[in-house]
Amino acid sequence: MEIFQQILFVAALAATAWYITKRIRLISRAIKLGRPENRFDHPDERLKTMVLVAFGQKKMFTNLLVGSMHFVIYTGFIIINIEILEIILDGILGTHRLFAPYIKPIYPILIDVFEVLAFGVLAVCVVFLCRRFIARVSRLQAERHRELRGWPISDATLILTAEILLMIAFLTWNASDSVLRDRGVGHYGELQRIVPDFLVSQYLKPLFSGFSDTVLVVYERTAWWLHILGILAFAIYVTYSKHLHIALGFPNVYFSDLQPKGEMQNMPEITKEVQLALGLPVTTSDGTQVNDNGEQPVEVGRFGAKDVQDLKWINLMNAYSCTECGRCTAACPANITGKKLSPRKIMMDTRDRLEEIQHGWQTHGNDYKDDKSLLNDYITAEELNACTTCQACINACPININPLDIILQLRRYRVMEESQAPASWNAMFSNIENNMAPWKFSPSDRFNWADQVNDAK
Amino acid sequence: MTQEVKTYTVPTMADMAASGEEPEILFWVGCAGSFDDRYKRVTIAFVRILNHVGIKFAVLGPEEACTGDPARRAGNEFLFQMQAMSNIQVLNGYNVKKIVTACPHCFNTLKNEYPELGGNYEVIHHSQFLQGLINEGRVRVKDGQSFKGRRITFHDSCYLGRANKVYEAPRDVLAALDADLVEMKRVRANGLCCGAGGGQYFKEPEPGKKDVNVERVEEALGTGADTIAVACPFCMTMMSDGVKNKNREDSVRVYDISELIAQGQGL
Ligand code: SF4
Ligand code: SF4
Repeated sequence: MEIFQQILFVAALAATAWYITKRIRLISRAIKLGRPENRFDHPDERLKTMVLVAFGQKKMFTNLLVGSMHFVIYTGFIIINIEILEIILDGILGTHRLFAPYIKPIYPILIDVFEVLAFGVLAVCVVFLCRRFIARVSRLQAERHRELRGWPISDATLILTAEILLMIAFLTWNASDSVLRDRGVGHYGELQRIVPDFLVSQYLKPLFSGFSDTVLVVYERTAWWLHILGILAFAIYVTYSKHLHIALGFPNVYFSDLQPKGEMQNMPEITKEVQLALGLPVTTSDGTQVNDNGEQPVEVGRFGAKDVQDLKWINLMNAYSCTECGRCTAACPANITGKKLSPRKIMMDTRDRLEEIQHGWQTHGNDYKDDKSLLNDYITAEELNACTTCQACINACPININPLDIILQLRRYRVMEESQAPASWNAMFSNIENNMAPWKFSPSDRFNWADQVNDAK
Repeated sequence: MTQEVKTYTVPTMADMAASGEEPEILFWVGCAGSFDDRYKRVTIAFVRILNHVGIKFAVLGPEEACTGDPARRAGNEFLFQMQAMSNIQVLNGYNVKKIVTACPHCFNTLKNEYPELGGNYEVIHHSQFLQGLINEGRVRVKDGQSFKGRRITFHDSCYLGRANKVYEAPRDVLAALDADLVEMKRVRANGLCCGAGGGQYFKEPEPGKKDVNVERVEEALGTGADTIAVACPFCMTMMSDGVKNKNREDSVRVYDISELIAQGQGL
């Protein structure tokens, strides 16, 4: 019986590991679709950012209450991994509370901490569900934000419910275990005087006192299995969900943009063309001069981005890391005033497009290509044109995602490859080109203001 | 009584070069500062302050051209780089080291985006420059020009604040006025855009519930301020239009911080 459980457990573990590896491969292959971009510079600054923003949750605390609640779930998640380690070893070796005798004095303290955190996580998840469905926090409402309709809302609800169930399984498991221990049943009884009652589950013991030993053992085993199978299932589920941020959030922050938010990335492929057009010596990005003669022409790709392959890998990692929390959208002036643009939707569209491509690979082989694209099939010109490039979304995102960078690259494609700028932008462009100012004034009038410096106010 | 007659001068780089001189700073006026009737008054106010404190400055005058900011943000990278590289040729030709500008968009572009194309300058926004003058005691608001009792609210511009983290300089400048500084709900890093950036100024907004500048002006009026202080030509227009939209142009004024300082100095 015991050995049968062990075999089953190892099989479940192996299957999960195999499946998750497959998922990781697929996701990293999708991220690698993006164009190369060096985000390995300034390791010190990057590490510091990661410690503050990812581990320290710095940006979450702009709202103290929500920040603290998220912090409970976050620490709960990190700490509970220690407990999972024991559960996994128990499962493989067929032992019960393996660590208890070895770390006798601190074991109860450890479990107490887990229990308090588990209770905290449970409470916070209930509050989060209330925020969504009773307090109806605006940025989380599907009626207001079309990108949340359907799966994203179910995804969030499912996760919160699953976490609540997992925590209940954990706490009641400890409670039934304690009752069995008190009664001296089998190996549970061996832990008498080693393991005491725990901080939270002691209050749940009365619930179980009326049951027979057999029923209790069955409950204890079921709760244990539910808890661990739940965790394994959750681990797989995460790779399909917005909850991937629990893993990708960290590298995503490590690789954040380090330049000032207002700086838009240069396009070196254009620099060369402009240097030729202006009759300037052609230089490479590090400033060294290049000889025209004998230079093989470099293949110029698209100007700007039409589909995910034209974006940079970091844009794609951003998309997989996005939590769909909508803080970006809640700060976006275009969205606030009712325009179609929503930076969260930009991120979700990018991920959806990537997942569509993944799906194509899986059903038609790795060379599969379809004729859709991120631009037009997912993101429309109306959305793109509404962005004021104010960077509020970048500032608001708790994990340093940059939706504006994607918007800009799509705009570049529309303007430079498709010549699809709004008419008044085209007028502005030609004014700059011909009059050296975005308005139709003669360049020779530019200095006329100086005639008025001595006029009365 | 004799009237004191002040004469202000605006030397150009070309003049300076011809006489073999180099100014301490180049004042980059920007397109709005050169052509927009309202913002020309800001340019003039700033030039008067520069004259008043006796700083050796110059402007490019007819040799100045758009930095390319609206083109780049609208997606026309080619046009941006054309502008940037010709401007850099001019600036480097005059051996420019230090630039002051009243436009956050010019400021951001010159400071952050020109270096990669070969233009390396020390670039400061006029709010930072004025803050320096005030700290050094070179600018002091005259007695009798008191702003006491006036309520001023400051609107952060995205390209000064969030883009470059300049939040305190304009507030320090306003603090020198001795007025009541009242803050809006969304300020500093959380400031709300005026709605003009990213090329929006040059086209109709997309359909929506309302225009961004109206939303922002509602928030500004909510503070009970009689003066909305700005530090950007585009914010200036957007806020002024918003105030008009709310029919409050008789009771609420929009000023650039340098105009307020110039007023305070009686310039
Ligand atoms: S940068 Fe664009 S998308 Fe981001 S908040 Fe501003 S307007 Fe919205
Ligand atoms: S981009 Fe950032 S702020 Fe916006 S929904 Fe995703 S995680 Fe939230």
